[in-house]
Amino acid sequence: MTTTMAQALNAALRDALKDDDRVLVFGEDVGALGGVFRVTDGITADFGESRCFDTPLAEAGIVGFAVGMAMGGFRPVVEMQFDAFAYPAFEQITSHVAKLRNRTRGALSLPMVIRIPYAGGIGGVEHHCDSSEAYYTHTPGLRVVTPGTAQDAYDLLRDAIESPDPVVFLEPKARYWSGEEVSFARKGPAMDKAVVRREGKDVTLIAYGPMVATALETAEAAKDEGWDVEVVDLRSLSPFDDETVTASVRRTGRAVVVHEAAGFGGYGAEVVARVTEQCFHQLHAPVLRVTGLDIPYPAPKLERHTLPDVDRILDTIARLQWADTPVVAGA
Amino acid sequence: MSVEALLPSATPVRFLAEDGTPVDRHHGYVEPAEDRLKEAYRLMVLGRRFDVQATALTKQGRLAVYPSSAGQEACQVAAALTLGEPDWLFPTYRDSVALIARGLKPGEVLTLLRGDAHCGYDPAETRVAPQCTPLATQTLHAAGLAHAMQRRGEDAVALALIGDGATSEGDFHEALNFAAVFKAPAVFFVQNNRYAISVPFEKQSAAAALAYKGVGYGMRSEQVDGNDAVAVLAVLDDAVKHAREGRGPVLVEAHTYRIDAHTNADDATRYREAEEVAKWREADPLQRLETYLKSRNTLRDTEIEQFQADAEAFAQTVRDTLNAEPELDPMSLFDHVYAEPTRQLEAQRAALKAELEA
Repeated sequence: MTTTMAQALNAALRDALKDDDRVLVFGEDVGALGGVFRVTDGITADFGESRCFDTPLAEAGIVGFAVGMAMGGFRPVVEMQFDAFAYPAFEQITSHVAKLRNRTRGALSLPMVIRIPYAGGIGGVEHHCDSSEAYYTHTPGLRVVTPGTAQDAYDLLRDAIESPDPVVFLEPKARYWSGEEVSFARKGPAMDKAVVRREGKDVTLIAYGPMVATALETAEAAKDEGWDVEVVDLRSLSPFDDETVTASVRRTGRAVVVHEAAGFGGYGAEVVARVTEQCFHQLHAPVLRVTGLDIPYPAPKLERHTLPDVDRILDTIARLQWADTPVVAGA
Repeated sequence: MSVEALLPSATPVRFLAEDGTPVDRHHGYVEPAEDRLKEAYRLMVLGRRFDVQATALTKQGRLAVYPSSAGQEACQVAAALTLGEPDWLFPTYRDSVALIARGLKPGEVLTLLRGDAHCGYDPAETRVAPQCTPLATQTLHAAGLAHAMQRRGEDAVALALIGDGATSEGDFHEALNFAAVFKAPAVFFVQNNRYAISVPFEKQSAAAALAYKGVGYGMRSEQVDGNDAVAVLAVLDDAVKHAREGRGPVLVEAHTYRIDAHTNADDATRYREAEEVAKWREADPLQRLETYLKSRNTLRDTEIEQFQADAEAFAQTVRDTLNAEPELDPMSLFDHVYAEPTRQLEAQRAALKAELEA
């Protein structure tokens, strides 16, 4: 049976609530409504209002309250509803969630998950489509993860809830309704590790969250150009899995990083720097980026022009025929 | 609860006039027992001496900075005395004397201000949250922790200390709202010391009293003369009892005054008149309590001398503690960033180690 990403997240929350009495789900509209994306659908009905409950509409309040509850022995999983709505909670996240363990020299920890539906491609109006990952990955003390598939949505959310560290869990809302067969058996940690989604010999596409599916589509389309594209799904944005990424780039000798967020000062710059430092002698071309434009997220009727798509990624791969070594291996 | 039941007294609750003579109307509050008042006095003497000593240590470079709470001893000591062992205190950077009164060691309290580490004590063990530097953020933590304790069936209260400036922050309002909606056993104790660094209260808020801010959230609210230790103890005792009994959170505003500058680095003469400071010096909470306790024959001169001698010995301990330079391990920089260090941090740890050994 096909399970969508939203359903997989719902199952992960339910299983975590079943397995651990300390887990609590709260935020705005997560109760009777089941969340604006229905990720918490039916949880209050099935687990009771003591386990999944609505709060006043105040993001700093939700996160700050969760800090206190985690200090008091609970494992809160809070929802921020939309990316740009999380900004009022930014101080709580960066000054307190990220730092409490360090400030108290390990005496207090904050095992909590902050779920943030993020990124665009859903025709949302302004403030509903930000890709805010760089803000969080730039903050030591946070783990930042984002699933690209329904299976990862389940596995990563279970891992995130079990993590002794606070986790910012970025949910690519454009993928909420994409589904696949999902196994709800616990397989051991998926968090902290990137995964090779598709093997290829000529070039590595490094993507995460909403761009994983786009990268896989690109890899299919690239076959017509004679390019054999490998796709790495980062899953964990912080910490970064250098091992998986560099192993792939050393094999292919070329890399393109793809993300929706604006490119300037963006997360992709970090990936490019790391890959360049570690794979310099194996690279046949500079590592390139395909990113959103350096503009505030546009109005829905124009968003297609900022979102990286198959064509833009293919054009970028074409630019990798830099040195005398052709992109097509062996040609 | 009806709005009337939430409203603060029309004037700040007082047991003592400024000259230490008792006043008649206590707005229904019960005077704390004599032994507690005497203990409050002892701790206020200690706190005053500690504060003077810490300020002096900034001049010797032993402390990076010290925000004095001189003049606010009644509030500081009452905040600690009103809490039991299972209760949590959420202090700010200015509340060192409250921590001393709570029983923490000077070395533990001054670790943050000395620059050795962000928190010098174990919050889980002491039930004192790290001294908070951003304004009002800890009020939400207090609300959340109070709710957590209530859910676990613990008979405990969380008390958050804040200044007048912090009541302008969004987190303060969100904390009041959350605490009231969840009926969390939390007490928000505002020490209105009239200045947020240099900004006077008149520019901070147009409210007749900050105590009224709780009413809009459905929270019982009160205002008290913050330089009257008897009144502050009585009101906080009542607030903590109210919260502990599950009747919801309480907001208490204490009207007090910061006698010294914001910190040793600040020049208070730029923003307030000497006459104003002199007037408030007359309202000294220590002297007021002393006069009262002596008039009641609760406190003898020999006891005052003993408390002062103990405070002097304590100051010596503070100096000794601060004069000893503890060895700081640079490798500890990498500790406790994550439960399990990331490979990136391990690599940086190795690099720093190599750099230090080179």
